[in-house]
Amino acid sequence: MGASSMIVLIIAALTFSSIAMLVSKIVTKATSNPQKGQPYECGIPTRGKTWTQLNVGYYLFALIFLIFDVELVFLFPWAVVAKKVGWMAMVEILIFFFILMLGFLYAHKKGALKWV
Amino acid sequence: MWSFSKISNILDSWLSETFSPTWTMVIEMVIAGICVITLFALLGLVLVLMERRVAAWIQIRLGPNRVGPGGMLQSLADTVKLLVKEGMTPDGADKFLFNLAPIIAMMVAMLLMAPIAFASNFQLWDLNIGVLYVTAISSLMVISILMAGWASNNKYSLMGAMRSGAQIVSYELSAGLSIMAIVVLSSSLNLNDIIQSQADGWWIFKGHIPVFIAFLIFIIAVTAETNRAPFDLAEAESELTAGFHTEYSGMKFALFFLAEYINVFIVCAIGATLFLGGWMPFHIGHWEAFNHVMDFIPSSIWFFGKTFFLIFLIMWFRWTFPRLRIDQLLDLEWKYLLPISMFNLLLVTLMAILGWHF
Repeated sequence: MGASSMIVLIIAALTFSSIAMLVSKIVTKATSNPQKGQPYECGIPTRGKTWTQLNVGYYLFALIFLIFDVELVFLFPWAVVAKKVGWMAMVEILIFFFILMLGFLYAHKKGALKWV
Repeated sequence: MWSFSKISNILDSWLSETFSPTWTMVIEMVIAGICVITLFALLGLVLVLMERRVAAWIQIRLGPNRVGPGGMLQSLADTVKLLVKEGMTPDGADKFLFNLAPIIAMMVAMLLMAPIAFASNFQLWDLNIGVLYVTAISSLMVISILMAGWASNNKYSLMGAMRSGAQIVSYELSAGLSIMAIVVLSSSLNLNDIIQSQADGWWIFKGHIPVFIAFLIFIIAVTAETNRAPFDLAEAESELTAGFHTEYSGMKFALFFLAEYINVFIVCAIGATLFLGGWMPFHIGHWEAFNHVMDFIPSSIWFFGKTFFLIFLIMWFRWTFPRLRIDQLLDLEWKYLLPISMFNLLLVTLMAILGWHF
């Protein structure tokens, strides 16, 4: 069906989820009381702000992920032609991985991969 | 013999004879949409039931057996229950993002259906960069989870979402690298070409040990990517109540639930396509008679059989391994799986260049 299938699928997802939500809205009877909308935290009232600071580790991992994800994108065209190109492809990927590994080892040495 | 491709061809020719080209396209699009939605709903029902039955079987108990014959309608009853529950939006939540998140989860799960070949010559979109498409779209899943966690105004949700974000992006790397092994061997990103390259044996058999390692890494990584136990830190119920969907109820929760199960199905379908030959029957090299016998089993049965086998494997994991801690989880990926899969990719490349596979 070609690229139009993407539009079909998006529309299908939208209709499916909106119909499901609408039906459930029509079928259910909404009630209200002052405590109903409170965030669920073991029954006691919540303390402090919800959107607090989080562990810096998440940020570091996201940064390292970015490097490797770009690497993955570069690998796609390489992988398709690797068999045809032969030994040259092997040499290229070795150089590529070597440079990448230097950065990875640096991050490892700096303790960026350690969860604190 | 009737097959999916024959039915779709007959339908296509009948429509183009009866209607003008524009209307043919519109009608085909509508039919495709309805088929996909039906498949979606059916898969959701079947997989939820299967999960519960497998869990019961592994834990030596009965499982659902009251609703319908042998508990077959249990997941339908669950759906009705979720349908009549009120879908709440907590105070202080970002209402727009809160309601958008489940829809995005559904959209991602639905979009992933496009390049999957369900039977021979039967797929929505014969995309020449199918593998890249799947990797790209599946990484959008993390957006809906982060969105849900952030918008919920709940600390559990936020923590679950952050964990899930770190986990999904991390494991995406080793999943991508193990997929790359197959791309190197078959020299194509087209899922159909990859299946055709397995006509004389599936890659898991043809590729010796390196491909088997890639398969193992792939299974581990997709288990983590779909947030399933033992990597279900995003919704670790003993620590975070329910993680990113703590505040979701009713149909919005059901949509998340459904999207999660569909994602499990899709990653297993991709795994089956790449490593186990998709709809390709079990062929051995040049054993013509044997191959001919195997061809009699319809290709859709091969595809769904392999996919459900992988789903069963992932459900089995859930009751076998204890949940990891977040630091163990990230250690496993960054210190073991990623270097191993990179080295493995080199081995596979060497194998492909030397022609050491069958």
